[in-house]
Amino acid sequence: MTKHTARLRVRRGTADEPQPRYEEFALPFEPGTTVLDALIAIRRQQDPSLAIRYSCINANVCKECLIAIDGVIDYACTTRLRDDKVMTLEPLPGKPLLRDLVTEIRPPRERLK
Amino acid sequence: MTDLATDVLIVGAGGAGMYAAIAAARAGAGHVLLADKSLVGRGGATIMAQMTVAAALGEECPDDWQAHLDDTLAAGRGLCDENLAALLCRDAPARIREMAEWRVGWARRENGRIAQVTAPGHSRPRCCYVDFLNTGPAVAATLRRQISQIGVINRVSNLAVTDLLVHDGEVAGAVALDIAEGEPVRIAAKAVIIASGGLTRIYQRNSASANMGGDGYALALAAGAALVDMEFVQFFPIGHLAPRVVGMDPIMWDPFRYKLGGRLLNRDGREFLADYGSDESAGYTTPRDIATYAIQKEVAAGRGSPHGGVYLSFTHVPRHSLEAAFGPVIGRLAKNGIDLARAPVEVAPIAHYHMGGIAVDPDMASSVPRLFAAGEAAGGANGANRLSGNAIPEALVFGEVAGRSAALLAAKRPMSALPSGAGADIVEQIRSLADGRKGDIAACELLDELREIMWRDVGPFRSAKVLSRAIVRTEEMRAALPKLSLPPGRRFNPALAEWFELRGSLIAASAVAHAAAARIESRGAHQREDYPDSDPAWARSQRITMTAEGGITLGPPQ
Ligand SMILES: Cc1cc2nc3c(=O)[nH]c(=O)nc-3n(C[C@H](O)[C@H](O)[C@H](O)COP(=O)(O)OP(=O)(O)OC[C@H]3O[C@@H](n4cnc5c(N)ncnc54)[C@H](O)[C@@H]3O)c2cc1C
Ligand code: FES
Repeated sequence: MTKHTARLRVRRGTADEPQPRYEEFALPFEPGTTVLDALIAIRRQQDPSLAIRYSCINANVCKECLIAIDGVIDYACTTRLRDDKVMTLEPLPGKPLLRDLVTEIRPPRERLK
Repeated sequence: MTDLATDVLIVGAGGAGMYAAIAAARAGAGHVLLADKSLVGRGGATIMAQMTVAAALGEECPDDWQAHLDDTLAAGRGLCDENLAALLCRDAPARIREMAEWRVGWARRENGRIAQVTAPGHSRPRCCYVDFLNTGPAVAATLRRQISQIGVINRVSNLAVTDLLVHDGEVAGAVALDIAEGEPVRIAAKAVIIASGGLTRIYQRNSASANMGGDGYALALAAGAALVDMEFVQFFPIGHLAPRVVGMDPIMWDPFRYKLGGRLLNRDGREFLADYGSDESAGYTTPRDIATYAIQKEVAAGRGSPHGGVYLSFTHVPRHSLEAAFGPVIGRLAKNGIDLARAPVEVAPIAHYHMGGIAVDPDMASSVPRLFAAGEAAGGANGANRLSGNAIPEALVFGEVAGRSAALLAAKRPMSALPSGAGADIVEQIRSLADGRKGDIAACELLDELREIMWRDVGPFRSAKVLSRAIVRTEEMRAALPKLSLPPGRRFNPALAEWFELRGSLIAASAVAHAAAARIESRGAHQREDYPDSDPAWARSQRITMTAEGGITLGPPQ
């Protein structure tokens, strides 16, 4: 199977950092691989500190993995990688940032007081 | 540090945990703390269930819970705890009807009756569902709605329980990691219910969510409780393998194979189940354990598909029948480039459900006072092999009983604060891990290795040699835990939660491997290449406990 290379530009850091910071990762992939697959692989092979929310991985039922992909809000687990351009991944806009791609999406009643 | 106190602490908010919370509130608990390491109602298997829920409602034809029990016991290959299995079958109709009152939306016939179909292993139509492939999401949403209306239930998401606190031989509370802030939380509780689901995430090929690494089994063992039937991991025979699909669960094929008679073919395009003694001429009836065995054998004999499974083919089914049966799913498949009328897909066994778990009595009490368990975390009801459709009712029924039992016990006790200094070592450990560590290897890398080992050595095929290899390696990995690298950071540091996940998964894995090594026969989901036959002398369950030094051992607590 032909190998492709994805380039992912990922927003990093917590809200405490004054400037938004981006880091670029390159990753070989087979057609069909999703953005979530790629982020999991990056954590394992390159940087275990990379934070992303996800639970169900395949079923697309937990709705935890919503992020902004090239500015469009979508599920990391259903968006396929592409190799024709750099893909920019950012946390959900309008939600408090916790770390990297993780925002505070818990309903207020589900947080520790 | 945050200190909390509650009547009933529930670890895990899937079907079992949410039902337990409702039942505890009904039984008079003044404060219930429902904690989930992911998001409440979204993190586990419940929301992912796609197929059916078994209950002897008798909507389609006469049925009674004893008939459901007979089928459950037959599927369990002689190992079910009959009291637990009877409880599951007896209470399932009440839970399913209660869910109907809460408007879960069970599919109905034109006459208004709840639709029930005959899933494999059931002697009559008994299994309800929510269309299309929506059973789990509907069950989870309904329970979420219910718990949000009950004031005494305090829900906390992203709170991972890492250790139970035991005082004078009784469970007295827990320490948890607040994942969002990376801080320890101490919880005093009059009773604790473990409802943290199963362990199939510890297998490389699995249908699990990210949160099914077996934490609850490790928590129970460390608190002194016994586990039962740990060797029995259910492998779902026809998990999706290739081509890669997104937005669909890998176990989605089962109802369609069942409805339409999808054919299982080997590399040569030949149906092979009959070679393993399963005649499917009268319909899709092969139990999960036998289908898994047959597929693995075909692959081992070099007759598998390119990705290491077999073919599932619907090409003999007319297109209009496919469209009628699959409904909107056919469009989702088309988006993934799959046209079932033209080509087969590749399928293979995947780890799907854990029959084993925390040993409980019919009140869902574990062998340690004030500790209860429910749902997939509890073991015994399903013996050596689970009947399809029995897991959701198990979660709802056992959750209800556990919540009620725990609340009644809590009502008899005054709230006592935790002894000063309780859990101080664990609190310290969480803080020190959050400061970061230098090391050669990260927890996520070892988790990957563990999944490979479990699949290869403790999977659908087992033997003394590979099992002992797995036991040695999991022990080595446990010993390596203090030396792992960990990037520093508190707020939502994924590596921090992962360190605890690895610690728990290694204990759960070791428990499975030890139980599997000791059972020198084949039965149900446990297949030994070196002992291929069932041995009547082994028609009994094994218990696993932990020694004071942390070792995994067979037999009752010393
Ligand atoms: C893909 C799939 C399809 C299925 N289909 C069916 C079906 O059609 N019919 C059927 O009967 N059964 C089915 N099953 C099985 C069934 O869904 C489960 O057995 C059942 O839902 C388990 O419910 P539970 O509440 O015990 O656990 P879960 O629903 O798994 O919930 C456990 C919760 O505990 C949380 N947790 C784990 N560890 C911790 C911790 N340390 N601290 C805090 N929280 C923690 C998790 O985040 C999770 O939210 C299916 C399973 C899967 C995976
Ligand atoms: S991981 Fe569950 S919806 Fe994407």
